[in-house]
Amino acid sequence: MSALNIKKGSTSHSAYDLRDPHAEIAGRHTLTVLTDNDPGVLARVAGLFTGRGYNIESLTVAEVDHEGHLSRFTIVTTGTPTVIEQIKAQLGRIVPVHEVHDLTVEGASVERELALFKVAGTGEKRVEALRLADIFRANVVDSTLESFVFEITGTPEKIDAFADLMRPLGLADVARTGVAALPRGI
Amino acid sequence: MSRQMTGAKMVVQALKDQGVEVVFGYPGGAVLPIYDEIFQQNDIRHILVRHEQGAVHMAEGYARSTGKPGVVLVTSGPGATNAVTGLTDALMDSIPLVVLTGQVPTFMIGTDGFQEADTVGITRPCTKHNWLVKDTAKLAETIHQAFHVATHGRPGPVLIDIPKDVQFATGPYSAVREARVAHYQPKVKGDLARITELVELMEKAERPVFYTGGGVINSGPGASQLLRELADATGFPVTSTLMGLGAYPASGKGWIGMLGMHGLYEANLAMHGCDLMINLGARFDDRITGRIADFSPRSKKAHVDIDPSSINKVIHVDLPIVGDVGHVLEDLLKVWKSRGRKVNKDGLAKWWGQIEQWKLKKCLTYKGSDKVIKPQYALERLEALTRGRDRYITTEVGQHQMWAAQFLGFDAPNRWMTSGGLGTMGYGFPASIGVQIAHPDALVINVAGEASWLMNMQEMGTATQFRTPVKQFILNNERLGMVRQWQQLLHGERYSHSWSESLPDFVKLAEAFGWKGIQCKDPKQLDDAIMEMLDHDGPVLFDCLVEKHENCFPMIPSGRPHNEMLLGDASTEGAIQAGGAVLV
Repeated sequence: MSALNIKKGSTSHSAYDLRDPHAEIAGRHTLTVLTDNDPGVLARVAGLFTGRGYNIESLTVAEVDHEGHLSRFTIVTTGTPTVIEQIKAQLGRIVPVHEVHDLTVEGASVERELALFKVAGTGEKRVEALRLADIFRANVVDSTLESFVFEITGTPEKIDAFADLMRPLGLADVARTGVAALPRGI
Repeated sequence: MSRQMTGAKMVVQALKDQGVEVVFGYPGGAVLPIYDEIFQQNDIRHILVRHEQGAVHMAEGYARSTGKPGVVLVTSGPGATNAVTGLTDALMDSIPLVVLTGQVPTFMIGTDGFQEADTVGITRPCTKHNWLVKDTAKLAETIHQAFHVATHGRPGPVLIDIPKDVQFATGPYSAVREARVAHYQPKVKGDLARITELVELMEKAERPVFYTGGGVINSGPGASQLLRELADATGFPVTSTLMGLGAYPASGKGWIGMLGMHGLYEANLAMHGCDLMINLGARFDDRITGRIADFSPRSKKAHVDIDPSSINKVIHVDLPIVGDVGHVLEDLLKVWKSRGRKVNKDGLAKWWGQIEQWKLKKCLTYKGSDKVIKPQYALERLEALTRGRDRYITTEVGQHQMWAAQFLGFDAPNRWMTSGGLGTMGYGFPASIGVQIAHPDALVINVAGEASWLMNMQEMGTATQFRTPVKQFILNNERLGMVRQWQQLLHGERYSHSWSESLPDFVKLAEAFGWKGIQCKDPKQLDDAIMEMLDHDGPVLFDCLVEKHENCFPMIPSGRPHNEMLLGDASTEGAIQAGGAVLV
């Protein structure tokens, strides 16, 4: 391939040089998508991202309206403004999708993620872990003589920071839910 | 009180209530209950195909020539997987289809049962939407929703997977009007402020061009009518994609021919040099745009499309209008008329002067011969001998397809059925049967290459059984002509596997199926042979032996802009740069 001297920005899956993906700046966007809670809707959304080569940083979904049979997806993705517009339009095309919003550009929003941290250790490290958990307002949801499981809620950045602190103190396992988000106000 | 009936009966009842007259299908274990119901009624005609891919292409031909959705019924497992190519073809070209597949009974799903396949999983990316119906009570409503989704917004194929126990079980039948479809109602009216903005641009434009696509055809005959009215009243030139041929008549005064990779010189240069491009229902496909960075560099671009995801997907446009082409054209005409029917007369006169200059290139010129039939000559004669007849043309994929688009003229929509987006070899023959089923008395011709045609030749039996007098006009160069052309231009004339070895005797093959077979290799006998084909009341296999090494021009090589077209053999030396070789 290199012999052909294909210029950067050419895309291998398309017939021509498409737009140069380096010309625009890629950013992180949080999308919220309201859908019918139909079987296969998760596969449709996930398949759209893989099939068209978009990124997923995190994806959460659950039924939010049992009567109305509706689910809400919160998807964190990265892309240039053009790509993000395309992702929104492609999501909107899926038949069971009711609404698509880009919370990153449509005014203020709140984002929260829940994580569970298993930290193993004894002595001073164990005490330090508990002290830091208190500062981060993490709850202890399981405890043995050699370990804790902390539950922490916050922005992804806060959870990352907590993980950095726990690592030298005996961090054994992490489970994260991915971001759930809603716009602020009415 | 709703009527109780079995799932199998519901299928037939729902199809009747949706106005379905024809189903293309092939029976199998998982659809036996539905076939049993089909046996016991006479309202819906079933066309037995010879392969499920053929069924889907026939339904596509039916849909594209009538504007109504095509309906397919196949069994589980291999029946469903054989339908996948047709579904993808219909998705790429926005053709409304409703495909019903049988499935193993619900209690066997997931056990790798006999003829089980994850049909909704496999077909999710190649349908507009699909459903697995696990409850008979929901079956009728799902079928009604399926017709709604297939035909509203940007049309496309949908699939309903029906397990065998759901077909046997009894449940309440829901009528069409009871089906919940409220949530899927794509916007058809365009934004009036933007339409007015477009009219302002049209009033001032010096070098405007209408770039029309399959969306005009899909919007219905009314949209084609409005396009003609608007184009003729404004005097703007009209070019079209492969998919949109016939929306504006080839005999119309604004017509400047098809654009794109094998489009006309004048059409591509008009696209390159225009100052206002009005895209009506086309999608800036890579066969149209050439090199993106140099695509129509000095124009304002307006884009009318019913699918918001088509906007800014490939080309950034200045004025997007989301809506149905027909509705938008109606408003566009109204606003333009109410503001005094203004155009830039001086600018337009100069623009047409330029276009007439480009036309003098006569880009479709080819070297004639009185020894061998040139493929272009064969199509010129076919055009001359069928002009004035209500003629439907289908094609396979390759050089013959491009020549057909260049040399045949289309004056009405829904008369030209070709696989554009997916480029499916083997499409044209079954599609021609589907067209003929919809229009029993019309002249239906499939312009084919011998290699494509062989891909679905099993449908000869279908044509014989259902007495469809389809004419298969095969331009036989004993080559995969387009592959050969690319190998010549960019792979050092190494013709790797691009010739048709061990071809059948097409005349004997025709006779074996009860068809008429004609072979012609002498240009002097061509007219008589074509007339013999046209006069025969039955299917004809016409083996037209043509020049084996003819290349299709004009051509925009991969990775080049519109104004760097190749016009003939002399211009091909080193035409495709290394970077272009990687492109399709």
